[in-house]
Amino acid sequence: MSKLNLSVRVGNIQLRNPTILASGILGVTKALLKRVAENGAGAVTTKSMSKEPREGHKNPTVITFEAGMLNAVGYSNPGIEKAAREFADIQDVGVPAIASVIGTHKEDFVRVVEGLSGTHFSAIEIPLSCPHTPGFGLLAGQGTPQATFEITSAVRKVTELPLFIKLSPSIPEISTIAKAAEDAGANAITAVNSMGPGMIINIEAQKPILDYKVGGVTGDALRPIATRCVYDLYEAINIPIIGTGGVSTGRHAIEMMMAGASAVGIGTGVYYRGIDVFKKICEEISQWMRENSISDINTIKGAAHD
Amino acid sequence: MIEQPAMVKICDIREESPLVKTLFFESSMNFIPGQFIMVWIPMVDEKPFTVSSIQKNLLGISVLKKGTFTDLLHQKRIGDTIGIRGPYGNGFHLQPELHSCVVGGGIGIASLATVIDTLPKITIIQGTRTASEIIYRKRFTDMRFCTEDGSLGFRGTTVDLLEDIVKKQQFQKVYTCGPEKMMFKIVELCKKHHIACEVSLDRYIKCGFGICGQCDCSGQRTCVEGPVFTIPELNTMEDFGRVALLKTGERVDVNNHRQLSYISIDNAK
Repeated sequence: MSKLNLSVRVGNIQLRNPTILASGILGVTKALLKRVAENGAGAVTTKSMSKEPREGHKNPTVITFEAGMLNAVGYSNPGIEKAAREFADIQDVGVPAIASVIGTHKEDFVRVVEGLSGTHFSAIEIPLSCPHTPGFGLLAGQGTPQATFEITSAVRKVTELPLFIKLSPSIPEISTIAKAAEDAGANAITAVNSMGPGMIINIEAQKPILDYKVGGVTGDALRPIATRCVYDLYEAINIPIIGTGGVSTGRHAIEMMMAGASAVGIGTGVYYRGIDVFKKICEEISQWMRENSISDINTIKGAAHD
Repeated sequence: MIEQPAMVKICDIREESPLVKTLFFESSMNFIPGQFIMVWIPMVDEKPFTVSSIQKNLLGISVLKKGTFTDLLHQKRIGDTIGIRGPYGNGFHLQPELHSCVVGGGIGIASLATVIDTLPKITIIQGTRTASEIIYRKRFTDMRFCTEDGSLGFRGTTVDLLEDIVKKQQFQKVYTCGPEKMMFKIVELCKKHHIACEVSLDRYIKCGFGICGQCDCSGQRTCVEGPVFTIPELNTMEDFGRVALLKTGERVDVNNHRQLSYISIDNAK
């Protein structure tokens, strides 16, 4: 059989394979992003950057359970000025790098994106969907069609980079919000952010474990919901979808692409299988393609639809 | 493995010095010297500590009173509970067949205490600012002391004392934990004398299991690939001896920042 093609496109960005490091996992430094690329990722996403520095929530910020992970990190980041310095030569990473940008008001997003001028990111991702940080995402009312349209439009005016909007699975009208993003000039939708928030209580301590008490749920528990969101979005919008949520094996990635994803985000998978999860997923995708006589990964995209 | 703290009951407390207490609790955790655990006080915070004592199912952590969190640990009484999860990290690569020396600076000696238990025939150097800060005097009777003010043993730094000792005594390996400035100099000394060396690094640790990236040191996750690193590994890590990340992720001078001091002086790891 001829050589397998695992390369995909998300808008005008060419990826050597469909795996993308999701935001919030490992993306604190350029050195770690480079290491993720060396471990096979097709693209990487930074930890989210805000206008001002943030220490985030106190520990425990990340714990796991039988079906995934619960986190309330609280967007710790050094603020755009220092983050831009950290990621100044982001091209050294060797694969396309996506800058995750957060804000409370639409002007904040604009400021952060402007602060990234002079860096070499391949795209901007805007999560309007964090379920556990006051002033951001769902807790700032950013998960509505109107807010999504306004923030996306504002950022669209100040950058020519592809814009990915990251949406919450916890909102019934995900397609409506995605359409608002598309109408405002978004180039792709990242679906989905963590769900919830959820809570885990230590029954001996009789207290929630996370210091913030609640946090976003990711991993296996999220996957069927993420897959459904991607499936719905594929029917509703014309821009590409990055399917994110519980993908940790090649079979999961293929499933997500059959639902309609052009590429897949990997986050909690790093916990399940280690930093080389990207390599492992690509090997598993390749093996499945060989077994099923498929030479081009792109041919399975949306295969689950009627 | 599910990464959640389990509550354990404190069954003994030992005062090691005016500022250091060892809290003992029962746990079946399989701990390798050099690893660390995350200690949780519900509704307060969670921080990394090394296990400084292992006796069958009885583990101990030595806590230097340094800030709010460690103050609260010092206020704990027998019968009180704390949460623990782990162990995390790689641990030391113990080589009992080699002539070795352990060098502990400040509370860093806590990370080396279980190394000393495992490798009985070794030279032990403990350095502090002053005599009252020295710990484990009864536990390890053959320690070499150095104090900055000369109030006990050698007057000067652990690096000076080690340099002095290696002139007379041949070591094949050094295990060290303490302030990074000290460890950096010890690594330089070991390189000069062709002695293998393993250091236990301090970085701000959040998740403990390698997904948050907060403890990065030149692309190495201190909580997974570390906290123990060898000289060949350190040679590739530019940030060693120079840079650490704050809670925000900001890069700062590892030797000169208050926010970091709780990890480098508060029970190392």
